[in-house]
Amino acid sequence: MKWFKKKKDKKNNKPFARDEITRGLLVFAHPTTVIAVEELLRDEGYEIRVVSPPPEYRTGCDLSVEFPLKSEAAITELLHSVNMVPLDVVPITSRGMEPLQFIRTKDYGDYLMVRAANMKITVDKRTKEIVNISGGGCPDVPYLATAMIGKRLRDAPDPGEIAFSLCAYSLNTAKEELVKMIGD
Amino acid sequence: MLLLTGSVPVDGLPLLTGEIGISDTGITIDGRPLAINRGCEAMMKAASLICRELGADPPHGLVAGDIGKRDGSEKIYHHLIEHLPAMEVDILTFHYMMPDLKLNKKVLAAIGTMARRPVLIADAGSMYVAKAGGDAASYDVFTPDLGEAAFLADDKADHPTYTRGFIFHMEHDVPELIRRAYAGGNAPPTMFVKGRIDYICQDGKIVDTIDEPMVETMEPIGGTGDLITGMISGLIQAGKTPLEACRIAGRVNRRAGELTRPTPATQVEEILHHVPRALSEVLRQLAAAA
Repeated sequence: MKWFKKKKDKKNNKPFARDEITRGLLVFAHPTTVIAVEELLRDEGYEIRVVSPPPEYRTGCDLSVEFPLKSEAAITELLHSVNMVPLDVVPITSRGMEPLQFIRTKDYGDYLMVRAANMKITVDKRTKEIVNISGGGCPDVPYLATAMIGKRLRDAPDPGEIAFSLCAYSLNTAKEELVKMIGD
Repeated sequence: MLLLTGSVPVDGLPLLTGEIGISDTGITIDGRPLAINRGCEAMMKAASLICRELGADPPHGLVAGDIGKRDGSEKIYHHLIEHLPAMEVDILTFHYMMPDLKLNKKVLAAIGTMARRPVLIADAGSMYVAKAGGDAASYDVFTPDLGEAAFLADDKADHPTYTRGFIFHMEHDVPELIRRAYAGGNAPPTMFVKGRIDYICQDGKIVDTIDEPMVETMEPIGGTGDLITGMISGLIQAGKTPLEACRIAGRVNRRAGELTRPTPATQVEEILHHVPRALSEVLRQLAAAA
């Protein structure tokens, strides 16, 4: 025990830094719920990150919210009040992977394509109508294509509102970028 | 039998299975019409057209409605786990499915009990779950696009959304992405990487590239990759090896696209109309070159 105490008392002893668990994860059933939670908590001023959950929570299409544990009570109360209750709240000791935020664009003259991760959305710049959606592999991608193609950007449903997957999360990122670039 | 599986974007559609029929507006499975949008229906129609044109037995379909709630995908996983060992499946194509690591491993375990292991092809969500589960080597063919190739090249990512930035930025160097995918054990023996240049790989080596005809406006069109997966499946059903099937399908897809004269607003069904003629032309050209 003396040895343990001695080691623990050392300043800046990195192996023991992991004992200080200061961050937690909010785990949700669907990645797209995280879009709304992320927006809400950022608006409330919380320092959060959207990350992959730990292995025991992974199905292959997951997203969770990393938050400061000291705010757990306030955050969970807030989420309950807006009916966005997490499946679980867990403390974490390692950092999860963050979704890819890089964007690529391709200009086809009258049309503009924006890609985020594996999802692409193309609009007619003259009418701001969504003319194609491609990429992705989760089942809500064909569903989103049906719901969004032929609609003007401002009238098309947000993927975060009607879909459920990480592909929908990326499509949401691409759509937001398109609106920033050309308006809706 | 060629069995094509995956979800379709019809909320609440029950599990359907049976021979795939071709209609003017789409396909039928068990007599139920399914319209072509993209995804599974486009893949299935492409496979069916190839089989019809080459005189092969028509493929069978196994679909269920799923708009991302997992319900239809789970029905398909469970049906495969329960029934696959007793089905006479020679080629099995997995397509749009909600990734579920545990259920997919059970499907692979069921395949492991089959007297004769089928040729396994995966694209879309089924490819994601195969890679995330560390099971890529259990399959025979993957058909990633560039974003998905970057995902396969990233041994840490569970889904394309988590591909790390430094790998995402390697897309100008597709051979390096392919090398990383194989080095990490995240690619099957045959892989078709769809892009401005198509790369066809066998056992870790790039054995063919296709860059003509170059139709710039194909990339935005949703479903063109689905056609390639379907055509590869149909060509294997017609007796081609996976490698031969990739070589033919890539060329047919480009030629069908060229015949369509597409804009970025073109829908994939328009390209499907030209698949029979494109197939005939490509087979004639390849025979003449041999």
